[in-house]
Amino acid sequence: MPKQLMRGSHVLGEAAVRAGCRYYFGYPITPQNEVPEYMSGRLIQVGGTFVQAESELASINMVIGAAMAGARVMTTSSSPGISLMQEGLSYLAGLELPAVIANVVRGGPGLGNIAPAQSDYFQATRGGGHGDYRTIVLAPASCQELCDLTIKAFDLADKYRNPVMIMGDGMMGQMMEPVEFPEPIDPADLPVKDWTLTGAKGRPSRVILSLLLAPKVLEDHNFKLVRKYDAVVRNETDWEEYMLEDARQVVVAYGTAARIAKGAIKRVREMGLKVGLLRPKTLWPFPEKPLKELSRVVRQLLVFEMSAGQMVEDVKMAVEGQAQVHLYGRPGGVIPTPDEVAHQISHYYYQAGLMDRDQQGERLGGAA
Amino acid sequence: MKKIFEAPKSLKENLFHYCPGCGHSIIHRLVAEVIDELGIQERTIGVPPAGCAVLAYNYFDVDTGEAPHGRALAVATGLKRVLKDHVVFTYQGDGDIAAIGTAESIHAANRGEKVTAIFVNNGTYGMTGGQMAPTTLPGMGSTTTPGGRDVVRDGQPLDLTQMLGQAKGSVFLERVSVATPKHIRRAKKAIKKAFQVQLDGLGFALVEVLSPCPTNWKMDPVAAYEWTDKEMTKIFPLGVIKDITGYDKD
Repeated sequence: MPKQLMRGSHVLGEAAVRAGCRYYFGYPITPQNEVPEYMSGRLIQVGGTFVQAESELASINMVIGAAMAGARVMTTSSSPGISLMQEGLSYLAGLELPAVIANVVRGGPGLGNIAPAQSDYFQATRGGGHGDYRTIVLAPASCQELCDLTIKAFDLADKYRNPVMIMGDGMMGQMMEPVEFPEPIDPADLPVKDWTLTGAKGRPSRVILSLLLAPKVLEDHNFKLVRKYDAVVRNETDWEEYMLEDARQVVVAYGTAARIAKGAIKRVREMGLKVGLLRPKTLWPFPEKPLKELSRVVRQLLVFEMSAGQMVEDVKMAVEGQAQVHLYGRPGGVIPTPDEVAHQISHYYYQAGLMDRDQQGERLGGAA
Repeated sequence: MKKIFEAPKSLKENLFHYCPGCGHSIIHRLVAEVIDELGIQERTIGVPPAGCAVLAYNYFDVDTGEAPHGRALAVATGLKRVLKDHVVFTYQGDGDIAAIGTAESIHAANRGEKVTAIFVNNGTYGMTGGQMAPTTLPGMGSTTTPGGRDVVRDGQPLDLTQMLGQAKGSVFLERVSVATPKHIRRAKKAIKKAFQVQLDGLGFALVEVLSPCPTNWKMDPVAAYEWTDKEMTKIFPLGVIKDITGYDKD
């Protein structure tokens, strides 16, 4: 199939449709309005259903209903809207319902602004809603990956009967890149789910609930969820490694920040600095294991994120004090240039004395 | 021997957990009888509320799915949009449908969602222990209005069903009661009609059922039924609130 030049928000919608999503419930919020706008037209073409809900609360609960009925269903929103959906996310996890939720993150807290940010990392990876649960969180860094991970999100949601979140940001939603879409899936060809509410014809009636009043029963349910989450960690943790073979310093960044970091790494590589990138593609489960292994051979990690510092905590936990972890965080929707990030990289690189003898001489000479 | 009376098929053989004199047991039975009579048990999906009837799935022998507090009509919207040929009903209390879920209720009605809502109005938050509801009557005591509901401080009782009448997508709205056998028969008729509206694909239908809560009202059941009949109906008069079904008037 030829590549198409397409805006990120539309890629998200088109990928969902091709994954067999026929139900979209949403509420407008900048910077992701192009998604509901796209879905409202596209779903008509494929016989699907689009409902513009009265709020994000209603949207996520319509998602719950459609998921109970066995449909592939999606909603999208941006930071304040995702906050309103947190109760629903907790229910989706507790009810073990598959659904895809995309967060086109903007600057917060509060109303904040509509600029690209990554400051919803805690909310996405820690649950956000109440109770012991986990949301699978995918972090694409290009329009092609947005397409691929959106399709994967639907598969993971069904496989684990769990909500899956796609973490993007306003830049990813607006930028245009060539994308190659896979052939669409016909929802009728998807495996039949044996737990949905479809009317008790020829079988006993079914109940989908998360109300488990007896503490031991709820504990058993929660431990069952834990076993499921353990399987997700084992099977689905995903990341990209870039120029890590000889790296002495590792930048850890995801999504838009990772793209900027790649540009920065190219620059410092030209200066002879041995820097690589580890880019989590799944924010939960977080790639702890590769980071832990890296920390045995690399003395320094620089976490670059478009927030005041959230993922940095996961990196620190992963390396367990075996390596220095520094943060370069830019909250509020500020997008640093590759040069700024390169400056930070070289600053910490030199500070840690990671340069070669000749580089050191050069630097010392320069300083003199 | 000819059997002339039996339990509805759409109710499981579980003992109700409801307090003595609670209206839920009657209303459950009416809904189940209607489902039986319409022959829709195998294609009906119920959405129980948060609150005293949260365990309704223990009683209704139809597929049921849990909704967060107040969101039943949003969940029902999602279900019905996927299962267009099925029958979806919500069963909600006054706190659920008229307080935390007001927006979901009004907008589901306004979109004309082809679902049926059973709205049980007992003027109190039963499960949480008798706090003020949006439907608590003026002067009526509750654990959060110890001196009685003061309309200046607490506002007037909210007549949600009247409000839903303003929504263009609502087709049939009736307020009934379970206070007397005569009212119970009327209530069943209204519930049946509300399901028929859905079967005919006309739009949103809701039946508000005035129902006693002897425990939280701190009355014996007989007094609670009398109070439902005499006092609640002053603020929430019984009758059809909206009917644009075009059905012959009964």
